[in-house]
Amino acid sequence: MSSAAATASFTQRHASALRQARFFAWSFARSPSALLGFAIVLVFLFLAAIGPSIVPYPGDATGAMNLANRLKPPSSAHWFGTDEMGGDLFSRVIIATRTSLWVGLTIVGIATIVGVPLGIAAGYFGGWVRAVIMRITDVFLSVPGIILALAIVSVLGPGILNGVVALSVVWWPGYVRLVEAKALALRHEPFVEAARSVGATHTRILALHILPNCTSPIIVKASMDMGLAILAAASLGFIGMGAKPPAPEWGAMISVARTYMPNWWWYAVFPGCAIYLTVLGFNLFGDGLRDVLDPKSSRG
Amino acid sequence: MTALLQVTGLTKQFPLKGGRVARAVDGVDLTLDAGEALGLVGESGCGKSTVARLVLRLIPPSGGSIRFAGQEISALGDTALRPLRRGMQIIFQNPHAALNPRRTVFQSVAEPLVVQRVASGAALRSRVGALLTEVGLPETFLWRYPHELSGGQKQRVCIARALALAPKLVVLDEPTSALDVSVQAQILEFLRELRMRQQLAYLFISHNLAVVRQVCDRVGVMYLSRIVEEGPVEAIFAAPRHPYTRALLAAILPPRPGVLPAETLAGDVPNAAAIPAGCRFAPRCPRRMPICTIDDPGLKRVAGGSPHSVACWGSFSD
Repeated sequence: MSSAAATASFTQRHASALRQARFFAWSFARSPSALLGFAIVLVFLFLAAIGPSIVPYPGDATGAMNLANRLKPPSSAHWFGTDEMGGDLFSRVIIATRTSLWVGLTIVGIATIVGVPLGIAAGYFGGWVRAVIMRITDVFLSVPGIILALAIVSVLGPGILNGVVALSVVWWPGYVRLVEAKALALRHEPFVEAARSVGATHTRILALHILPNCTSPIIVKASMDMGLAILAAASLGFIGMGAKPPAPEWGAMISVARTYMPNWWWYAVFPGCAIYLTVLGFNLFGDGLRDVLDPKSSRG
Repeated sequence: MTALLQVTGLTKQFPLKGGRVARAVDGVDLTLDAGEALGLVGESGCGKSTVARLVLRLIPPSGGSIRFAGQEISALGDTALRPLRRGMQIIFQNPHAALNPRRTVFQSVAEPLVVQRVASGAALRSRVGALLTEVGLPETFLWRYPHELSGGQKQRVCIARALALAPKLVVLDEPTSALDVSVQAQILEFLRELRMRQQLAYLFISHNLAVVRQVCDRVGVMYLSRIVEEGPVEAIFAAPRHPYTRALLAAILPPRPGVLPAETLAGDVPNAAAIPAGCRFAPRCPRRMPICTIDDPGLKRVAGGSPHSVACWGSFSD
């Protein structure tokens, strides 16, 4: 009898989880916009991974100059045209995906690592712990994020790393709010009381009962925030507070390109399209994930 | 012989806005011997679930004493309570919310054993398998998630979890009221049989006197944060003394003219933040006397041999 439990194979033991995963995949695939978002995100990740080794002019990302070729319109040799240094825009736009990826991942990653534990602690413990955490969070939330980030960058000095630090500092409060509300609802759930009634420690309850039931909204928010964080970093680059030209970064490229508008339109349009598509892709992907993981919040 | 559970003068107050307090539990005395089943009935909001959570020390009491197996537990902290928790377990009203949706049946049932470091590895596996068998579920359920189970199956998983540490006292907080009627009967029968088999003491919370009658030896009737009548189930069903108990019985039993007075209650339960002076039931009582609004009748033993107590001026003068 009991050996049946001990010898159950992996597929038997995880049949429910596998079934659930298949169901998630199926319901995700029913939404065309979610699939489009997923495809864009995949292309983005693919280009970030291998972009520098497939582009035609990898040297152009590091500031190689070819002044004879400057500001050429799109052609078969330069699909997106060239910039004022004669750099191939196609190569630079593709290589910039890697910058955007690490910028997005770092900002969202730090925000999650800081915000989620604080939110869980605030919601679960309540009382003065919650009061302190939430008041600090409110202070951050009450200042527009990009303005606060600008202030921080102007103290730290411009640069992509400082931009990422500044955006991370302003990004975590959203996660605290999200998770706090969820943890607050979970803390009086009977299954949490059941765990307490057998003597489970707070750490165990937080890690096994509260956190796993908060993951859906966190995943949804994180995937949407990837796009928004990339956009925010590009905005900092555009106003000269983030990445500095000639570093291959979309915001910084547009910042230079805007002086060449409208005659040399391709210079600004292609990096702009890259930002647009990336943000759109992560948003559609996040929306699709929400419909699958957290159906109550979108369909009532 | 000391009682398994001895509760004296238990109170719990919840602060409200404006400095008022809700007296959710207001001087409750309970005694429960090993292997005995005590029912606690009353309408929603009378404090019976709060009593359950106080007895298990899921929340700290505002006053009074709780002695479990001879040990005072009303002021103990989490760490001191941990070893004692093996002896008392709870089964909740809503089995759909009592199991973590992200944990398999195995993980849920194993949790008490893991937390209390009773078993691990292969011993844990076989113990959890045996517990499932005990509650009448196949071992193939071990790796399922709660959403794949019916309400009755979930409640059996909750029972298995509560039995894992071989407790002496099980608190059942309306264990069947969230289930389908057909399943209710099965679970009640199972709970009754389980108690006989394992010599468990039950503190059985319910709003349904008929259910309590089926499972319990004794019953306490709660009204507005206090017990107003307490005694052997059969004595109370045969001769209810308190007008509130009579009204409850009249509401659930098929009316038989001449057996029970047709007493129906008017009005709602007063707010626990504004408990009336005198007898707390007086404002709704069909047999109110002048003394009832002035002086609080304590719970007093009814004349005669049976251990039947009631808090009602009208019944004292009978």
